[in-house]
Amino acid sequence: MLSLYDAALSSRLLLGTARYPSPAVLAEAVSRSGAEIVTVSLRRETAGGKTGGAFFELIRQLAVRVLPNTAGCHSASEAILTAKMAREIFGTDWIKLEVIGHHDSLQPDVFELVEAARILCAEGFCVFPYTTDDLVVGEKLVSVGCRVLMPWCAPIGSAAGPRNPSALTAMRSAFPDIPLIVDAGIGRPSHAATVMEFGYDAVLLNTAVAVAGDPPAMAEAFGKAIEAGRLAYLSGMLEPRDMAVPSTPVVGKGVFA
Amino acid sequence: MKLIINGETQVCEAVTLAELLHVLEYEGDWLATAVNGDLVHREDRADHRLDDGDRIEILSPMQGG
Repeated sequence: MLSLYDAALSSRLLLGTARYPSPAVLAEAVSRSGAEIVTVSLRRETAGGKTGGAFFELIRQLAVRVLPNTAGCHSASEAILTAKMAREIFGTDWIKLEVIGHHDSLQPDVFELVEAARILCAEGFCVFPYTTDDLVVGEKLVSVGCRVLMPWCAPIGSAAGPRNPSALTAMRSAFPDIPLIVDAGIGRPSHAATVMEFGYDAVLLNTAVAVAGDPPAMAEAFGKAIEAGRLAYLSGMLEPRDMAVPSTPVVGKGVFA
Repeated sequence: MKLIINGETQVCEAVTLAELLHVLEYEGDWLATAVNGDLVHREDRADHRLDDGDRIEILSPMQGG
């Protein structure tokens, strides 16, 4: 059972809610994925607008935990205010903390990230930091109070999959007691299974499901891949080797020559 | 009084933040508000008096990854 900030969860898939072809498709995708946590965001509401209200109602009907994000923030101060406004709307201390540092790669600004995390943790937030696979940054995030780390495996929306497997496995080794969630760059269920085989605790993804030809089916595929990867990790995987090892016993075989 | 609402300058005579939301026809319990970079809780909007040049952010839920 996965535990994130003392919440017990059966599913190890966290699903984003953006870019689906319709609200109905989003709802079906969440249902078929088995996800118990969905990510949401905040944006400026136009005067008299009802857009936010319709989405708010949809999320309520999904009856899942909500993880608001601070997407689009480029400084600690922006992210902190967004987190507080998210808590006001959604009534949760959970916050997916994103502080973007690079326009093209959407790489996190880890300096602002750590500062924002320090302040938000001190104010009682349960911070889920979107970070890199840098061990020192991970240590600093934990030292300021983060009890979950969410490294990228490739840039957001890139669908590139794990670009630096050894860094991800090193991070797993460095933080054996901290839940680790791969947060960005997953494109295919096999990518998700791979990072779960590394021992990651969960996967957060959005685009790979939302823009699939059949998002609900893809959501289900990801759910199964993540379960498979987790089960494999727990089951003791065979290590690769260079030469063949016969799988069929040769002892007692017939001799015909 | 000039106010900067979600990045746009508008002229409005609302005295409080709650009054401003009413005048501009914002409604619902899904909004969060900030003035000059500080969160204003919904229960404090009626008491929060606005000043000329205040920067007001009004946010609502939307889809996110």
